[in-house]
Amino acid sequence: MDQSVSGDPEKTTVGIAKSETGIDGFDELTLGGLPTGRPTLVCGGAGCGKTLFASTFLIHGARALGEPGVFVTFEERPTDIVSNVASLGFALDQLVDEDKIHIEHIAIDPSEFVEIGDYDLEAIFIRLEAAVERIGAKRVVLDTIESLFAAFSNPAILRAEIRRLFDWLKERKLTTVITGERGDGAFTRQGLEEYVSDCVLLLDHRVQNQISTRRLRIVKYRGTAHGTNEYPFLIDSDGFSVLPVSALGLNHKVYDERISSGVDDLDDMLSGRGFHRGSSILISGVAGSGKSTLAASFVGAACRNGEKAAYFSFEESAEQTVRNMRSVGIDLKDYIDGGRLNYFAARPTFYSLEMHLAVMLREIARLKPRIVIVDPISAFDRSGDSNEVQTMLLRMVDYLKSHGVTGVFTNLTHAKGDETLTDVGLSSLMDAWILMLNREAGGEFNRELYLLKARGLQHSNQVREFIMSENGLQLRAPYLGQEGALTGSRRRAKEAEAGRTEAVRAAEVERLKQQGEHRRRKLEAQIEALRAEMAAEELEARRLIDAESAYLRRAKLDEEEARAMREGVAVRKRVDGGGNGAE
Amino acid sequence: MAQNETTKLILYVAGETPKSLAAIANLERICKELDNRYEVQVIDLKKEPRLAREHSIVAIPTLVRQLPAPIRKIIGDLSDAEKVLVSLNVKGAQ
Repeated sequence: MDQSVSGDPEKTTVGIAKSETGIDGFDELTLGGLPTGRPTLVCGGAGCGKTLFASTFLIHGARALGEPGVFVTFEERPTDIVSNVASLGFALDQLVDEDKIHIEHIAIDPSEFVEIGDYDLEAIFIRLEAAVERIGAKRVVLDTIESLFAAFSNPAILRAEIRRLFDWLKERKLTTVITGERGDGAFTRQGLEEYVSDCVLLLDHRVQNQISTRRLRIVKYRGTAHGTNEYPFLIDSDGFSVLPVSALGLNHKVYDERISSGVDDLDDMLSGRGFHRGSSILISGVAGSGKSTLAASFVGAACRNGEKAAYFSFEESAEQTVRNMRSVGIDLKDYIDGGRLNYFAARPTFYSLEMHLAVMLREIARLKPRIVIVDPISAFDRSGDSNEVQTMLLRMVDYLKSHGVTGVFTNLTHAKGDETLTDVGLSSLMDAWILMLNREAGGEFNRELYLLKARGLQHSNQVREFIMSENGLQLRAPYLGQEGALTGSRRRAKEAEAGRTEAVRAAEVERLKQQGEHRRRKLEAQIEALRAEMAAEELEARRLIDAESAYLRRAKLDEEEARAMREGVAVRKRVDGGGNGAE
Repeated sequence: MAQNETTKLILYVAGETPKSLAAIANLERICKELDNRYEVQVIDLKKEPRLAREHSIVAIPTLVRQLPAPIRKIIGDLSDAEKVLVSLNVKGAQ
């Protein structure tokens, strides 16, 4: 009590100090870990992972943070604890050898002793104190202190002693994890929670639809904000990991960048540039409408651009998908081998819904892909009710968006007409929705694709025919004629018909064009002839003019000559007459 | 049979707490009633905390009958002498 009061000023000034547990997800969830210097109660039923939680906390402290720890076990022998965690890759014995961890086995066999008179558990304190002092411990685990209640017959003494023990731990500012067995109606069988007021965690192991899920809940965490949801956690070869799948709000990253769907025609429908990065894209359609193929196309496009992708398949194995996609010209094998594409195949019934989500999120967090495919989400319909599926998707979409990862989800709908109705719940989560149809017309089924919505993108409102061939995926605009939109062979027939008419028309145009040319050329020839004629005329005219001017010149010359001649006679006459006169 | 054997008792206490002192006083009284040869050792775990672990002692006070085998433990301040004697299985030797 005193301790918590004296701890208060610290809390108000700097907030609660926290100690990392080294448990994936848990430290993020609690914004730092467990309260430093205070006891934390971890309770839960048998086999729910309490001891593992505690060991991870202790080992992480000793190994990574330089905080030695004392593991007080009332149940398992130290060798068992060492071998238990050895399977998870923790070399606990080495830490023990290095004096970073001390395992204090407090074995109590009730058949070994009788109680006569008053007693206390001072020896436990002495042993704990010796251990803490020996290695300079900062962390303590008590696993499971409740077994004391089975050993001693006087609960009043025990309760007083346990309270004293917790006070003692707080006084020494030891960050402590106390495990407790889940009791009926209470968190622990002996009501340990009443002694631990700072932090209480509840681990749970529930089976629903024959699928078991482990969950963790923070019942209480004094002085800190915490989520009150149940978070699934996983115990596997990597140890204990809590999977925070909560929606922390709508603070998603928004990208203007576009990503290709791998189908050029589809990108063209979206003003030619594809979908936004980080958007969530739903591909829904009936069986065999090409959902997975389109999804794989997204992956192929991303991988081609050197981006990482994660493909979660709940129907097909990696080999199957690789083979199938090769038939439409998408080769995923190299990407898988090169580590760019990570393919996860699991049966929907392998885990519970939440665990699937958790595992997916963990892989996503680990691999950091830029695009994630979930194929198909309808596989979960049997694992939980639609509400749960939707919640799960919401979390998934949230997570992907907040990390700027593009999500492509396929969903199998049933052919009974109301394709859109079944997906109503999902629609609001999705930024883009591609509807794949498989419609019968003229005795054949043809695949069609329609962009039902694409938030923030200009997109074509046309239904396109979706064609899968070894040349890849193509979208064809359907033939729009008087009989409505036609697809498949009817489209092809109509297109051929139109093509024939077009050919006739083209020939006619060509003929007319040639005719015109011919006429033009004829006229040009005529023009040429006329021009030549004109030139001749001009030449003739010039000749006439020249002749005329030559004539005129000649005439003038002659006239001058004639006059000169006349005047010359006269002159000569005058000259002759004068001479004669003088003589 | 029992006469030939030494009863070896160890009393674990922790400091001079009322319980520890009571246990020591009670044990002294009880020992007077023992016919056998006996050895009593009192260990103060406050002084020798190492022994708490080595002898896996949990409660204080604890009386351990080392001999004759098997080991028997009594926890508490030994306020009921009769019960202690029964438990130590030495009463029957009279």
